[in-house]
Amino acid sequence: MIEFRDVSYRVAGTPVLSGFNLQVQSGETLVLLGRSGSGKTTSLKLVNRLLTPSSGEIRVKGVSNAEGDVIRLRRSIGYVIQDVGLFPHFTVERNIGLVPRIEGWPEERVRARALELMQMVGLSPDMAGRRPHQLSGGQRQRVGVARALAADPEILLMDEPFGALDPLTRDELQREFFLLQQRLHKTVVFVTHDLREALRLGSRIALMEAGRLVTVAEPQEFLRSTDPLASAYVRAFGDGLESAANRGAS
Amino acid sequence: MNVLRFIWQDHDEVLKLTLEHLRLVGFSTLFAMLIGIPLGIAIAHRPRFNKPVLASANIIQTIPGLALFGFLLPVPWLGERVDRLAILALTLYALLPIIRNTYTGIRGVDPAVVEAGRGMGLTESQLLFQVELQLALSVILSGVRVAVVISVGLATIAAAIGAGGLGEFIYRGLDMVDDRVILAGAIPAAVLALVADFGVGWLERRLQPR
Repeated sequence: MIEFRDVSYRVAGTPVLSGFNLQVQSGETLVLLGRSGSGKTTSLKLVNRLLTPSSGEIRVKGVSNAEGDVIRLRRSIGYVIQDVGLFPHFTVERNIGLVPRIEGWPEERVRARALELMQMVGLSPDMAGRRPHQLSGGQRQRVGVARALAADPEILLMDEPFGALDPLTRDELQREFFLLQQRLHKTVVFVTHDLREALRLGSRIALMEAGRLVTVAEPQEFLRSTDPLASAYVRAFGDGLESAANRGAS
Repeated sequence: MNVLRFIWQDHDEVLKLTLEHLRLVGFSTLFAMLIGIPLGIAIAHRPRFNKPVLASANIIQTIPGLALFGFLLPVPWLGERVDRLAILALTLYALLPIIRNTYTGIRGVDPAVVEAGRGMGLTESQLLFQVELQLALSVILSGVRVAVVISVGLATIAAAIGAGGLGEFIYRGLDMVDDRVILAGAIPAAVLALVADFGVGWLERRLQPR
């Protein structure tokens, strides 16, 4: 569904990403795991062309994303970022209905879709008229997910979407997102530095370091990995990871 | 009380000069917005140009009002109709606060919000009109408010080159050494400035996004 082919990205000559090759399968949740500055967010932004690679190409649904209209491309991909970037001057309903509305859906359909999504992400309908600053962090993040899903994109890009939340809320949202994804089967690229989150949500985990891909592994495999960096990660996060890798079962 | 009686007696002329004054301020503010807001947006998006543009607007601001009117007087098309000239001069003075506040307002919009919008597929013009300008609106309006208040005061000088407005009373009063005549110009000008300040301030609060 998404394929990075020998992608490099440099800023003023400094490589941020080099020789990056990765395939994201349809319907899977691929987690990009790594520390700050490892190139996770850069990889994500290359997919929806917020950044343009210095060399190599990114193929989305079989075609290079450099071809065709960038606006079309972006509207066909859901995008969720940390602190969500909700429009502070828009109500919850208008935030969620943003893409459908600019895509010219009829007004009743946009409104019905927004309410449907609010229910899907666990927001009560009476919040439709609120502004983002009147919501809690967890609620804002739910709106962010609903907004990304609004035009029913096949692909979701999520950049540390739950990073700014308190542990309890994060736990709740991870659980709900996992269940939601089991129903929707979107192709998700999920950026995080939290191994526990990666094990919990990812069907595969791609570990990155200093702009390179270190290893790609399924959660269980990752825990047993002999790769020095992967095992360093596992050690740093300590006990209890097995249950995280067992998904929602806990 | 003398002054008020004087204003009342001459209310036809006070009204006429007030309207002239309003016309000078209104047109110049309008033109300054038409030039300054797009310019402010442009330099907010291309920071390379912000220094030269803001510096030029700053320099204009430092030219004494009377001198600027004098400089412009010999210019052919302008000199024919002094009100054109006065409007141009006032427009130039009103530019700085409007450009600067538009620039500051747009730069102040959370970059995460803009990037989220861009990532979701908003076009550049949708980002500008639906996000950046709306979020910067109250800052831009407070620039307009400053510009209007400055213009109301400066427009009194327009009378020195015969462009009318409440300055007529002030200059006439100075010639006649008559306080009442001076105040007949100064008081309505002060009232205008207060009303404009309050009016734009009210608009600013009304349009505040939250």
